[in-house]
Amino acid sequence: MSTITANPVYKLELTSSPHVHSRWSTKQAMWMVVLALLPALISSVIFFGFYQLLVVSVSVASAVVTESLIKYIRKREITITDGSGIITGMLLGLILPPNFNLFFTALGSIVAIGIGKEIFGGLGYNIFNPALVGRAFLQAAFPVQMTTWIKPNMAVDSVSTATPLSAFKFDSIFADISNMFIGNIGGSLGETSAISILIGGIFLIVIGVVNWRIPVSMFLGVIIFGGLFWLLNADQYPSPVFHMLAGGFLFGAFFMATDWVTSPLTAKGMWIFGFGISLVVVMIRLFGGLPEGVMYAILFMNAFVPLINRYTRPRIFGEAK
Amino acid sequence: MSVYSKSNSFRGGIHPVEEKQLTENLAFEIMPNPKNILLPLSQHIGKPAIPIVKKGDSVKAGTLVAEQEGFISSPIYSSVSGTVKKISVENNASGFPKEAIIIEAAESNEIELFIPLDLDTVTSQEIRDRVKAAGIVGQGGAAFPTFVKLTPPKDKEIDFVIINGCECEPYLTRDYRLMLERPKELIEGLKLIMKSLGVAKGTIGIEDNKPEAAEILKRNLKNEKNISIEILKTKYPQGAEKMLIKAVTGKEVPPGKLPLDVGIVIQNVGTAIAIFDAVVKGEPEITAALTVSGKGINYPKNLIVRVGTPISDVLDYCGGLKENAVKVVVGGPMMGVAQYDFSAPVMKATSGILILTEEEINSHKETPCLKCGKCIEACPLNLMPTKLARLSQLDKLDDAEQLGITVCMECGTCTFACPANIPLVQWIRLGKQRVLKNQKERISA
Repeated sequence: MSTITANPVYKLELTSSPHVHSRWSTKQAMWMVVLALLPALISSVIFFGFYQLLVVSVSVASAVVTESLIKYIRKREITITDGSGIITGMLLGLILPPNFNLFFTALGSIVAIGIGKEIFGGLGYNIFNPALVGRAFLQAAFPVQMTTWIKPNMAVDSVSTATPLSAFKFDSIFADISNMFIGNIGGSLGETSAISILIGGIFLIVIGVVNWRIPVSMFLGVIIFGGLFWLLNADQYPSPVFHMLAGGFLFGAFFMATDWVTSPLTAKGMWIFGFGISLVVVMIRLFGGLPEGVMYAILFMNAFVPLINRYTRPRIFGEAK
Repeated sequence: MSVYSKSNSFRGGIHPVEEKQLTENLAFEIMPNPKNILLPLSQHIGKPAIPIVKKGDSVKAGTLVAEQEGFISSPIYSSVSGTVKKISVENNASGFPKEAIIIEAAESNEIELFIPLDLDTVTSQEIRDRVKAAGIVGQGGAAFPTFVKLTPPKDKEIDFVIINGCECEPYLTRDYRLMLERPKELIEGLKLIMKSLGVAKGTIGIEDNKPEAAEILKRNLKNEKNISIEILKTKYPQGAEKMLIKAVTGKEVPPGKLPLDVGIVIQNVGTAIAIFDAVVKGEPEITAALTVSGKGINYPKNLIVRVGTPISDVLDYCGGLKENAVKVVVGGPMMGVAQYDFSAPVMKATSGILILTEEEINSHKETPCLKCGKCIEACPLNLMPTKLARLSQLDKLDDAEQLGITVCMECGTCTFACPANIPLVQWIRLGKQRVLKNQKERISA
């Protein structure tokens, strides 16, 4: 931006049009996401206790420190205030099981930022969702700790329990839908309470930070693919509502799949992306070896984003249809 | 028209803060003549006019001072009575210094007019000749010589005229005030355009944020069966030709084509009124109606000024700049040109002078592209601005051409929408110019 003195009194800016800008900046959008994650954070404290706040804090702190350190080594500007490192830390913390080891948490967060984001050049250049990269690493490195769930509701002693998905997978038991809606079930910190995820997610859609097409296409996808099997045999396969409320589906639909950097650019691409995630989720849950598949489904579809962008170029205005 | 869907809008676009309240209720004031006027020979798209006066000649307001050169060009008239001081290269609002005629105004205010023509008996040829002779250019921003639009090639059949009353640029209220204050002249101007083209049907497109203007025009259109009013959604860039045609008729003008290729001629509100003035009153284009606005000027106004009046005179007349002014723009905030030299003059197609403060510009620091897709969602022409800008940056011009960089109309919607504050349209503009240059070389090779 060059400023030159046109008049002794005024220093005028000379940039080319447009001369006005929308109120949004990257930074503001990022802080809005942080704000939208607060209900999920609060519900995790309500259901699993104050220790979980420590888990999320360690995750955030490790993310920010790792990011700054790498930026420092690479002699780049340190950008803590853009909020992106904080978001990755929060997201990772919220998809960990309750009472998770703090050292492992920090390790996961370092991998999320280091391998998930900075190795590609930092914010804007990564292919995979950094928080999910961190979780995938932890899942591989500490499979037992990553699948040890406790009963919610301020249990003094940590009584271990099953998640609705593992109960379905291994014991063919369907959890109570209303408990799943408020979050009174076993599961990862921020993923259990549907209501608190919906509050944050709908807020982000209303203010325009999250594109509605991705969550909506994921819901439609799960209704179609999950519903198909449910209609075939309701005793063996869970309903689409169960699919939506169980595991990381809602959290993934509003906060993970909608990550700007790792989701498609075009409207058509977003539909393909959302449907693809739901298809993979349903397949893993019903036929895979794992009870839960949202993380792998999103990472899997992340890899297709460049291809999706390439083949969903919008029809230029006036071009033949 | 049945295969097209009429929507009163178009896909994409943005909603900038309108800020029209600063001037929308202020009637036009006629600004006193300046001491000097500066008439650039190129106030239009096409070849510059050729001066026919020399230093020391005395002229009246309305005296021809430069002749049209070639088909796409426009003559220039003195806007004051006085003496030609010199002809030299001077700065103008486009940022590219060009030859201009400088005239010192005299005390007297003599005026030279064409013979007024009768509204009822005027022929189609007479209208075209008068529009050409009067030096009328499009008031919508591009300053395309109007008579060229009224003289379509023989193989193009025109069946519809649209008057562009959208004024989708924020701040500007010139067209709005013209519609309120001169509705009869606007309608007669539209009828003259229809007559000159032999077209039976016309419409006036107005955004729904100007209900008073639509109301007044409707009242004046009671007895006109062939002219309608279309109320369109308020959205930038609704006033872009392609978007306006889409909203009014549902038709899409193909890339690289003109409105006349789909049988439509569009004229701005100001142009239609200028046509009326030229035909019925015999006035050449020597005044400009414009909005002076923004939070950085002491007294925002809607003004009628003489073409050639230096910007500095206009700013002084409006009480001067406030201390927090950081940018002076000629045109609207989305597509106007920032100024550094206030001696540059108001030209025929100048629609506004904006004096903006830091708060209005709302600029943020540029950050890397986050692939959010907001630019793609906003682009009214369905381009992929983030990709085009990146390709332009990397000098991959062939790829950019393939993705339609030359289709871009530089409306600035993408840059406005970008949360990372990347100068998208600026990069695209650069790339587009280079692609067009390459195309020319390919043709000549």
